[in-house]
Amino acid sequence: MATGIAQENGTFLKEVIDNTPDGERIVHCLQCGSCGGSCPSGADMEYTPRTLIAMINAGDRDAVLAANTMWACVSCYFCTTRCPQKIPITDLMYTLKRMSIAEHKYHGTDAPALAKTFTDFVDKYGRSFEFGLATGYVLLNRPLSAMKMGPMGLAMFTRGRMSLRPSKIRQLDQLRAIITKARELGGQK
Amino acid sequence: MAERVGIYVCHCGSNIAGIVDVEAVAKWAGAHLRDVVVAKDYKFMCSSLGQAMVEEDIKNENLTRVVVAACSPHLHEKTFRRACQNAGLNPYLFQMVNLREHCSWVHTDRAAATEKAKGLVSAATERVKLQKPLEPMFVDVTPATLVVGGGIAGLQAAIELADAGYPVYLVEREPSIGGHMAQFDKTFPTLDCSACILTPKMSDAGQHENITLLTYSELEEVSGSVGNFTVKIRKKARYVDYDKCTGCGICQEKCPRKVVDHDFEAGLGYRKAIYTPFPQAVPRIPVIDTANCTYFTRGKCQVCSKVCPTEAIDYEQQDEVIEVNVGNIVIATGWKLFNCESIPQYGYKRLANVFTNMEFERLCNAAGPTNGKIVMRDGKTEPESVAIIHCVGSRDAKFNPYCSGVCCMAALKFGHLVLEKTKAKVYSFYIDMRTPMKDYEEFYQRLLEEGMTFVRGKVAEVTDAARLPSEQGKLILQYEDTLLGKQKRLPVDMVVLMGAIEPQVDAKELGLRCGISCSMAGWYTERHPKLDPVATMTDGVFVAGACQGPKDIPASVAQGAAAAARIQAMITKGKVMIEPIVASIDEEVCSGCRICNNLCPYNAIEYDEEKGVSRIITALCKGCGTCVAACPANAITGAHFSNDQVFAEIEGALWDAMYGGNGQDQGEPAPEPEAAPA
Amino acid sequence: MKYAYYPGCSLECNAAAYDHSVRAVAEMLHIELVEIDDWNCCGATEYFSQDELTACAVVARNLALVDDKTDQLVAPCAACYLNLKKTDQLMTDHPGMGAKVNEALAAGGLHYNAGRVQVRHMLDVICDDIGEEAVRDKVVQPLAGLRVAPYYGCQVVRPISNDDSPEYPMKMDRLFQWLGAEVVDYPVKAHCCGGHMTQISEPQAFELIRRLLQSAEDYDADLILCMCPMCQLNLDGFQSRVNGFFGTSFSIPIVYFTQMLGVAFGIDGKKLGIGKELVAVKPVLDAKLQAVASA
Repeated sequence: MATGIAQENGTFLKEVIDNTPDGERIVHCLQCGSCGGSCPSGADMEYTPRTLIAMINAGDRDAVLAANTMWACVSCYFCTTRCPQKIPITDLMYTLKRMSIAEHKYHGTDAPALAKTFTDFVDKYGRSFEFGLATGYVLLNRPLSAMKMGPMGLAMFTRGRMSLRPSKIRQLDQLRAIITKARELGGQK
Repeated sequence: MAERVGIYVCHCGSNIAGIVDVEAVAKWAGAHLRDVVVAKDYKFMCSSLGQAMVEEDIKNENLTRVVVAACSPHLHEKTFRRACQNAGLNPYLFQMVNLREHCSWVHTDRAAATEKAKGLVSAATERVKLQKPLEPMFVDVTPATLVVGGGIAGLQAAIELADAGYPVYLVEREPSIGGHMAQFDKTFPTLDCSACILTPKMSDAGQHENITLLTYSELEEVSGSVGNFTVKIRKKARYVDYDKCTGCGICQEKCPRKVVDHDFEAGLGYRKAIYTPFPQAVPRIPVIDTANCTYFTRGKCQVCSKVCPTEAIDYEQQDEVIEVNVGNIVIATGWKLFNCESIPQYGYKRLANVFTNMEFERLCNAAGPTNGKIVMRDGKTEPESVAIIHCVGSRDAKFNPYCSGVCCMAALKFGHLVLEKTKAKVYSFYIDMRTPMKDYEEFYQRLLEEGMTFVRGKVAEVTDAARLPSEQGKLILQYEDTLLGKQKRLPVDMVVLMGAIEPQVDAKELGLRCGISCSMAGWYTERHPKLDPVATMTDGVFVAGACQGPKDIPASVAQGAAAAARIQAMITKGKVMIEPIVASIDEEVCSGCRICNNLCPYNAIEYDEEKGVSRIITALCKGCGTCVAACPANAITGAHFSNDQVFAEIEGALWDAMYGGNGQDQGEPAPEPEAAPA
Repeated sequence: MKYAYYPGCSLECNAAAYDHSVRAVAEMLHIELVEIDDWNCCGATEYFSQDELTACAVVARNLALVDDKTDQLVAPCAACYLNLKKTDQLMTDHPGMGAKVNEALAAGGLHYNAGRVQVRHMLDVICDDIGEEAVRDKVVQPLAGLRVAPYYGCQVVRPISNDDSPEYPMKMDRLFQWLGAEVVDYPVKAHCCGGHMTQISEPQAFELIRRLLQSAEDYDADLILCMCPMCQLNLDGFQSRVNGFFGTSFSIPIVYFTQMLGVAFGIDGKKLGIGKELVAVKPVLDAKLQAVASA
């Protein structure tokens, strides 16, 4: 069924809706700002989630996908539970992250690189690998911070909280077959 | 002899014709349905031209039956019945098909909707041929009226009817009439004192020779129908003799038991265990709060009885149920406040200086617990800053999706009072400022000039977790200033939550008792949202004020007056027509089993001991059909809903399956109907 | 009672204390935990940022591996808990998505009937299934005199309700009242710890961590109880970095709620993983609990 809102540039809105579970709620946005007010990262965002929804409505595709908003999101879900219109805002942020990565629109954030490193470990071992993340991702992306992390890493290591070897699952082939098939099916919802 | 049927299919502008091919339906009916002599489509059947067309055809074509396929019978059944009558045709030989609500408005597939329309028209055509002429019945209208609810809407209705010379029973569940308006300090947009304009009406109602005041009473049961309702009212025990008490107030003064008043004072003030809600209460007869009275809880005290100069205290008093006859009923039961604790991030009841709008009304009220001083929960400190949060529980899909309508104006009023009475800064946090009535926008402009600060943004949370020294000891609001697109924090001393206006918790229950329905939200449903706002689908039952939807004082008063005017018209006329659609029992067939007697929801069946048969009391019968279905001997017939009429209608609806177009040209089979959109 | 158990990657190493204490406490309360054989990572927030369908398929493999002897699945980590629960809900509410996920699972010879498994958090199992009486019965070392600040974080209480308030949850508060502790009612108990932001933007993450530590300190908490490895890592592991960054001197031990439950049950500290935290909890316990014991 049509979403019922006539927009000059409705295609971007529709795309976002189609790629977000329960995304149909987005058209109900009152622009009240509950999300922007609730967000623990709100102060660090160029655009608040509310502004982003207005931009999506306006069809401002490039600016939306280049925004830092979704990369500042910490998935605390305060915006989602507080939204008076039941808009799944955190899930909307995930949708925008995926679209931004797919179109390489992001800039000035290492979050996509972290996500990539993380999922690569999952694909490779079936488990995440914290030491690998710390050494691989952090050394590559934040060498300075890695130095500061040194003492903390050491403390973690001496308390047996960091393993130098990844843990692996037994049936990696099975997991990979599932992942391959899921990628092939693609699409959302 | 075959009947001569005329069929008229209405376009209703594009309401029906936009989805249903009305021309095709009319053409098909003319060609395929048996006994149809006229089949036409027309832009607006309800127009005088449309009606004239029906009248002309009845005369010229000798029509004996008429079918109009248009909108809901609620809207225009009367119109077309009158047209038939004007042309000399009994109005009950007419049948209406609802092609709008039942077809075009709920479907999107034009072909399928058109096929469905054919089925509906066919059904009506088969049924109308078996309909019988009926004569309308008239009953006398009892001139007395029952008004349920003694708030401003109910008061207005009661006083207008009483002034016109008709008796009124005014039932109020609280110990005093006055309603929410009695709790307010000032009223927007004129800022006149609420009590000053309300109390004259209260005493008027209290002293009126035509008004019987039944306070501390509840409506228990309603039977009968328009013109002649019988109503049972429970007068709850006050434990004070209504006739002996002079309202001197000594008992309240001397009562040693002080109780926090969660009703009138919204939890901010106290009352005694024997009390009137407020000094100007009408009547001035107090009630004993047995849950808190020392005598009732511990068996000792009786101070009130000892000090009463007229021996009016009666600890043995019992509830009393009285029965009255009325011709009409006005429901004016008002609203209740949203429970602000349901939104924990605003901290109500957790953070002391977060107040509700009703608490703030009492705080501002000169007769309130602080004598009108706006102070914080400690009872003495004046705030240096006050933030008012709009839409608390309104415009919120998790609670109430609707706009409560009055809160923006009430917030402006609060802003004015804060600026007038204190040196505090005052902030309004709104989503959209809504000031649509007379002089309301001007009031908003006035507050802009007076220095109230407006921030567009729904507050995300109110917290006492300070991040900066300037926030220590304050309530901190965190929000997005949506006009700037920036997240901000504001430390204030006091927060006022504009809680939503909600239906009374027992609105549905009371509605059932009176035979009227509620919307999903719980507001009473009016007969027509625009053209008949105070009548309901049940003749003789009217609604007024906020029980029908959130309303401010002017709108509530207007509705109270409107309901009174409608009722006066009926009383003046003296008689009211009731539908002759009633059941009748064939005494030859009735076995006297009496199964129907107890099933009848309207007590309209009596048993004739002598003849050993049951009999319908026509004046009480509402034609619901319960007895018809229940009778094991098939002795009961429902006029206008006889078995053969209903079966003919079903067969007509299934025309394509039953007889492939009445055994004539079968035409194309109907396509699979499309599911209605969710 | 029997529950399938999904420890999640963090509990293998970094949060081994959580795993050990969950198992120890479960044993004490007769909660039979059967670890899902060959479970895989839930993908955290990262997988959902890249590819929703694949993320769901990866999560759903674990749901499919829950054997048919139970329909209850316990996940102690907040991120794992939410991902498992969210995937089940997505598959239920959006049958088209559910079908695609199952098509992917089929490539690995698996299938999951949406809605079959109920995903639970350990806190809910203890509070709702076991209940006050059984918990109180096991207490041998009441936590009297200890001021604990329950920290709920985000993903257990939001966005999917676990019968507690998403804004002001109370379940852990009640649990620790049963244990005799002084429960600190502080306003930020369900606010965010910064999540993975420590890896992306330290200033942003450190500020969120600071707010939590500050509020706990303002309310004189002896320690913070948490129920998520990420929260524990951020508040504990990064505490000294936060101090360095802001010039503060927080020294608040951060322990898993199951560890303190174990202490109250008299389970040996080593078995509970006490000592694995960077800000040591032992001195606080020694001082407070012994002070009460000797008084």
